[in-house]
This record gives sequence, structure tokens and C-alpha cells, in this order.
Amino acid sequence: MIEQHLPALQVVVPLISAPAIILVRRHHLAWGIATLASWAALAMAVAIAIRVAETGTISYAIGSWPPPWGIEYRVDALNAFVLVLVSLVGALVMPYARVSIAAELPEEQEYLFFAMYCLCLAGLLGIAITGDAFNLFVFLEISSLSTYVLIALGRRRQALTAAYQYLVMGTIGATFYVIGVGLLYLMTGTLNMADMAERLAGVREFRPLIAALAFVTVGVGLKLALFPLHQWLPNAYTHAPSVVTAFLAATATKVSIYVLIRFHLSIFARAPALGEVPFREILMVLSILAIVSMSLVALFQDDLKRMLAYSSVAQIGYITLGLSLANASGLTAAATHLFNHGMTKGALFLLVGILALRCAGTRLSQLSGIASRMPLTSFGFMLAGLSLIGVPGTAGFITKWYLVRGSVERGSWWLAALVVATSLIALGYVWRFVEVAYLREPHAELPRAGEAPLWMMVPAWLLVAGCVYFGLETSFNVGYVGDAVKLLLRQGGA
Amino acid sequence: MSLASHYAYGVTILLMVAGLFIVIARGNLVKKLVGLAIFQTSVYLLYIAPGKLIGGTAPIVAPGFAVYSNPLPHVLILTAIVVGVATLALGLAIVVRIREAYDTIEEDEILAADQAEDERQR
Repeated sequence: MIEQHLPALQVVVPLISAPAIILVRRHHLAWGIATLASWAALAMAVAIAIRVAETGTISYAIGSWPPPWGIEYRVDALNAFVLVLVSLVGALVMPYARVSIAAELPEEQEYLFFAMYCLCLAGLLGIAITGDAFNLFVFLEISSLSTYVLIALGRRRQALTAAYQYLVMGTIGATFYVIGVGLLYLMTGTLNMADMAERLAGVREFRPLIAALAFVTVGVGLKLALFPLHQWLPNAYTHAPSVVTAFLAATATKVSIYVLIRFHLSIFARAPALGEVPFREILMVLSILAIVSMSLVALFQDDLKRMLAYSSVAQIGYITLGLSLANASGLTAAATHLFNHGMTKGALFLLVGILALRCAGTRLSQLSGIASRMPLTSFGFMLAGLSLIGVPGTAGFITKWYLVRGSVERGSWWLAALVVATSLIALGYVWRFVEVAYLREPHAELPRAGEAPLWMMVPAWLLVAGCVYFGLETSFNVGYVGDAVKLLLRQGGA
Repeated sequence: MSLASHYAYGVTILLMVAGLFIVIARGNLVKKLVGLAIFQTSVYLLYIAPGKLIGGTAPIVAPGFAVYSNPLPHVLILTAIVVGVATLALGLAIVVRIREAYDTIEEDEILAADQAEDERQR
């Protein structure tokens, strides 16, 4: 009985937790509710993913209004995968937040953080699960509004300007998305994604459709920090509280990429209008620019958090590059990198949060010799860094492997060479940390206190372990994605 | 397809571009939010104008009336208005906090203050 309603509960549980937290106010209790909600969300996401693997696409009619009139929650292999990623990261950052947030926020504000986190989680899960284009906008705004607050909670005043900057850019992005959906509604008379895909195949007026797709792409591109729409990201990631940065880096941009995939590869899959504009070529050029320029910018950053933020923009470039290849290997690379990069960047940002807790700051100059005081944290950072580079045996390698394969299958050897060459730039910036941490004399101001509390170390190390585990045992991040890719390609009739 | 019959689209585009222009061109954080609100408002019109049929009634089933306006865009835009209000409120709240922290709401002065702080730290 209750299993039937899992798709609705997936969103409703975190959503109701937020007002519940506001009511209880006490910070330990608030943390308890948020943690319970995140772990429940993870359990539900896994249950849904298993059911999708067994029985295929699940359709759930909200309020029993049958689709396409009512709002439909529709889960196939692709969004089941995204649901697992989001809720997994959510569940792992909660124990970490207990200590990290206590250190960074005044006690009377802690419950507000947990309430906003629950709203953000509900929004992100909602984006991933809904099958209704306008409902997606509502969830997009729920997650965005809570994200602005989460970023503004940062300790330094720059967090406020970063949040403001993101609010303006994010709102423009979301509004562009609504304009696109509005145009699609005018042309098809439906908001249900599956229904829309069918009707688009018959629409012969190309111009409004191309405008709609352009608006949606730019709007979502702002949210996912597609180069050159990424300006909000480095400041937001640098100044937000550590746990927020880790959570957002691993989930928010990934969910937006899912929306991009959904629009380009399933809603517009059979629309003849798509052939009129070289979207794929544009995406490829932007991806290459993102990878090369942002990796180079990351190489010259002094602040570890900012370095990783620029690296995120570059890594998003790899995902969109996989999309633009538009063959099975490329799509597999893109979808699996959602997960692999989510794990890797989540781990790195959690570890940076630990460094920030113990040291004076996260500038490289403040961290010299840190490996002697915090060996576990430094070693974890190095391992996750290897996954960021794409060394064999780590999750990052799986992505690079499929990217290279996809490029070669397409006949673009130069692209394969580019992927390998830019990995060397990643090696450069990870090496800068290793050099500072292991080879320099300990900094005079380094704290004597050693490693961070277990509450923080265990989640961070679980993600680091995931980076290695999913590089060796790929039945979930490649196997499950394989189903999703097959589904997408079938929808495109290719 | 005369231009006059599509004037609602013209107004929509005008508001949209004017709003975006204000967001980009103004350095005052409150004025930027005003531009953002105008930009969002233009979308309300984009949805609602096509839903109206000339001579159409409210969507109530009654004998003698066959032509009625599409109610769905109104409902959608009601949601979008709520989102717009929430965004504006949050944006203004952040501006108040920025004013407290920087003692100014001009973008260039905030930037200068940040740069000065950065250089002190180096």
C-alpha cells in the first residue's frame, strides 16, 4: 500500500520536515529531524530505483488526477539514478553538518539552516522526480530560494553578495525556463513531458519551438553553470558554509544537468525542429571552452575552495561534452559523471570543510605541511583528487574512459587527446595541494589539535571510499546508467 | 496576423527587455531587483494573454455559452506570482543585510570594499 505512494513521499517527507523543524526550534532536535528525513529519502530513492529496475517506468498521478491533465510523477532509469545521487549525498552530509554547522553558525540560527536544507532537498528531489514541466519550475524555485539563504549563511560578508549575485542570475535563469515552457505550452497545449514529446513530433511551426528550446537551454544553463553562464558559481561555493558547498556541488548542478538531458534527449527527441539548429555543436564548443579555460583558471587559484569551484565548472564541461557527442558512449560518460563527479566533489569539499574547521583559512599558503598534522584528511583529499584527475581505479577514470571511447567512435581523435590533455591540468592543481601539504615545512600557525571529529571524518571518508569503490565496481554507476541511456536513445528513435 | 492583433506580445517583449536591461545596467542593488521584478512580470503576460479569447466567458459550464477563456494559464501564473513575491522579498532581505555589512548598496562600492579587504589579507 505505502509502496505505491513512494514517489509522492519522496518529496513530501523532506518538504514537511522543514516546517516541523521551524516549530521545534531546538538545534539538536532540528538536526535529528533533518537527518531522519534525509535517510528516509535515501531509503525511498533506493526502493524506487530497485522497482524501476524490476518493472520499468513508474507513473504516479498526484491526487489521482490522471495524466496528462493532472501532475504526473514519472520515474525511469535516468531520474531514479539522479534521485539516488541527491538523497545519498544528502544523507551523508547530515552527520557532517552536526559539527560543521555548530562551528560556523550561532546556535540560535542552526534550526534555520536545517529547515532550509530540507526545503532544498525537497526541491532537488522534486525536480528529478516530476514529469510535469511547470511543476519542475516550482521545485526549481523551491530549491533555488532555499539555496540563496543557505549561501547567505556563510560567515564572511562576501557570502551575502555571492547570494545576491546568485539570486539575480538564478532568477533570470528560472524565468527563462518559464518563458520556454510557456512557448511550448502555447504550441502543444500540454505541460506533461511525455505528452509534450509526442505532440512536438507533429508540430510543423519550427520557430517558436527553437525559441522555446533556446530559452530552456539558456535558463537551465545558468543553473548548471554552463560556461560562460557560470559567474555566480565560484563566489557562491567559496563563501557558503562548508557543508552547503559540498551538498550543492554534488547535487544542485547535477540536477540541472538532468533537466537539460530531459529536455534535449527525451522531450525534443522526436521533434523535427531540433535538426534546424546546431545545438550539439554549440554545446560542444562551450564544453571545450569550459574544460580548458576553467581548468587553467583553477590552476592559478590561491584559495583551495575557489580552486575546487572553478574545477567544478570545468568538470561540468566534461558532462556536457559527453552530451554533445550524442552517441551511447558519450551519453554514458555524461550520466555516469553526474554520479562520479558528485561523489568526488562532495568528498573534496567535505575535506576542505574539515581543513577550514581546524586551520586559519583555506588558502594554500595557510596549509603548508598540513599532512603532518592531519594525515587522514590530506590522504583522503589526495585520493579524491586522483578521482578528479581520472586515474585508473577511481570513479573519475570511468567517465574519462567513456568520453575517450565516445570521441573515437565519432572519429574525433583530437577530442580524445583533449580529454587526456586537460586531465593533466587537473593533475596540476591537485599536485599544488599535495606539494603544499606533504613537501613543505609545517606552517607556524598550524593548530596542534589533530584530526576533526568522527562525525565529520566518517561521511567525508565514505565519499572518498565511494570514489574508489565505484571506479572498480561499476554495476551501479555504469550498469544502471546503461539502462537509462538505452531508454533515451530509444526515445530518440535512434 | 496583423501587428495590432499581437500587441500583447509587443508589450511582453518590451517589459522583458526593459527589465533585463535594468538588471544589467544599474549598479544599485534595489534597482536591480526592481528590474528583475519587471522581467518576471512580463512572463505573467506572456502566459495570460494567449489564454484570453475575445468574446469568451469565464470557464463555467452554462447553457448558451460555448466560447470560454483557458483557465490553466491563470492558475500557473498564480503560482509564478507567489514565486516572484518570495524572490523579491528574499532579495530585499539580502540587500538589507548587505547594507548592514557594507554600509552601501552600490555594486561598485561593494566591489571596491571586497578588493581592499582581499589586499589586506595578502
